[in-house]
Amino acid sequence: MAYNWHWGVFLQPTATGDGATYLDWMIQGLKMTVALSLSAWLIALVIGAVIGVLRTVPGVWLSAIATAYVEFFRNIPLLVQLFLWYFVVPELLPESLGTAFKQTHPVLQQFLASMVCLALFTSARVAEQVRSGINSLPPGQKNAGLALGFTLAQTYRYVMLPMAVRLIVPPLTSEFLNIFKNSAVCSTIGLLELAAQGRQLVDYTAQPYESFIAVTVAYLLINVVVMFGMRWVEGRVRVPGYIGGK
Amino acid sequence: MFRLTRPLAVATMLSAAMFSASAIGQEPTGTLKKIKDSGVISLGHRESSIPFSYTDDKQQVIGYSHELMLKAVEAVKAELKLAKLDVKLIPVTSQNRIPLVQNGTVDIECGSTTNNTERQRQVSFSNSIFIIGTRLMTRKDSGINDFPELVGKNVVTTAGTTSERLLRKMNEEKQMKMNIISAKDHGESFLTLETGRAVAFMMDDALLYGEMAKAKRPSDWVVVGTPQSYEAYGCMMRKDDPAFKKVVDNALAKVMTSGEVEKIYEKWFLQPIPPKGLNLNFPLSTAVRNLYKSPNDKAFE
Repeated sequence: MAYNWHWGVFLQPTATGDGATYLDWMIQGLKMTVALSLSAWLIALVIGAVIGVLRTVPGVWLSAIATAYVEFFRNIPLLVQLFLWYFVVPELLPESLGTAFKQTHPVLQQFLASMVCLALFTSARVAEQVRSGINSLPPGQKNAGLALGFTLAQTYRYVMLPMAVRLIVPPLTSEFLNIFKNSAVCSTIGLLELAAQGRQLVDYTAQPYESFIAVTVAYLLINVVVMFGMRWVEGRVRVPGYIGGK
Repeated sequence: MFRLTRPLAVATMLSAAMFSASAIGQEPTGTLKKIKDSGVISLGHRESSIPFSYTDDKQQVIGYSHELMLKAVEAVKAELKLAKLDVKLIPVTSQNRIPLVQNGTVDIECGSTTNNTERQRQVSFSNSIFIIGTRLMTRKDSGINDFPELVGKNVVTTAGTTSERLLRKMNEEKQMKMNIISAKDHGESFLTLETGRAVAFMMDDALLYGEMAKAKRPSDWVVVGTPQSYEAYGCMMRKDDPAFKKVVDNALAKVMTSGEVEKIYEKWFLQPIPPKGLNLNFPLSTAVRNLYKSPNDKAFE
């Protein structure tokens, strides 16, 4: 295949005259991907934990609401959700509020829409992990907590959640890895994260392979770091006597 | 009087019959050989570059560039003296079009691809088929008439286009403090403009007219501003294949200098076109008129 390899392209100054090199663009994209994914992940953990617990509590209404939440965010494609947050929601807001949002800096708009979208989508998936963690505990634990005189909230807080959270660390690792990969979808609304910078590099330099390879390596790097970090956490919190425990 | 030995005579007759039309009288090489051997030519087309190359409501590929590409296909067929040449249509996007030409999936791509020096490192370009200027679309009552009035405003453009590059460059050089939004495609750019996220949309003028024709109320919008650049659209082919390029170039030059191209222009830019019967009303520019007079494959950069 007649392809002109040119790895030096990363050190060239960009064609826009902003004084950066194409490598700087890739690094900016990497930072954006990491900032977006980490902030969305923190929100997803908090919301996911709450919704996951609600799915297991006795009482029809709370668990019904939590189930509806999970099914809603889990069953709509991520891309569609992103377009809903970015294009549709500002039009549904009261006009003054919608206009005010649309007049803010475009990057802020794109970042907020992306963060909310990724966070809620992932929170539904985290909620399912939390629920399965709680449901995997022997029913005796809950009963023992209640028999000791704990309230339901205290039973969750002191007996069930400390166990459940430690059990779901491995599946949560997958979700954590996923959120970085899913964040690439946000390039479609113009957010200049890693995938978008890669695409931009193709457009500006006509060197598609170098750019795709660099983006691939960058995602791989992020995920290797996350994997080792989570493996360390797993090692610290594993429950003795369970699979993988000492 | 001289006599040829029998095998040589047969060979001469055969080659004469097969290649007499070939200008240099040699066996075809490169893309022409590939087409001859397989009896198939692969054409790259776009799916929504109105009116250059797009699919209509019956999923037929149509458009100004596509029509010109078919002229080139006819020329290839005549050049190779083929009784039958199968045409394989392959949809391409602005992201994959260069790799697909390079790896042989697509033999020629005519859509809305700008001929520029970066791309010339990877592929070769035919005679230009169209010339656009990069301008602005804005709401009629926005009060924006030209680029300097965009200082401090939100401006949208489509990611990966020359307009995006020019706009960012202008922003750096003239310290205009514009907020530049890079949307995924032209439809999304226009949506950004329509919903009030941006006051202006910078793009190739022909495409702006295309978006305007699709708008809910075309009369709300206007195309303004001094063109910031001119760009030549060309057909992409594999690099270093002069024989194939020559056939394509000659075919395009013939269509242009014979005046046939003006009818094609009128059909796509001055008359209602599928799928909705919209009329772009995009008058023939001086730059395009000059191109038709003297076809060339020069990039504008």
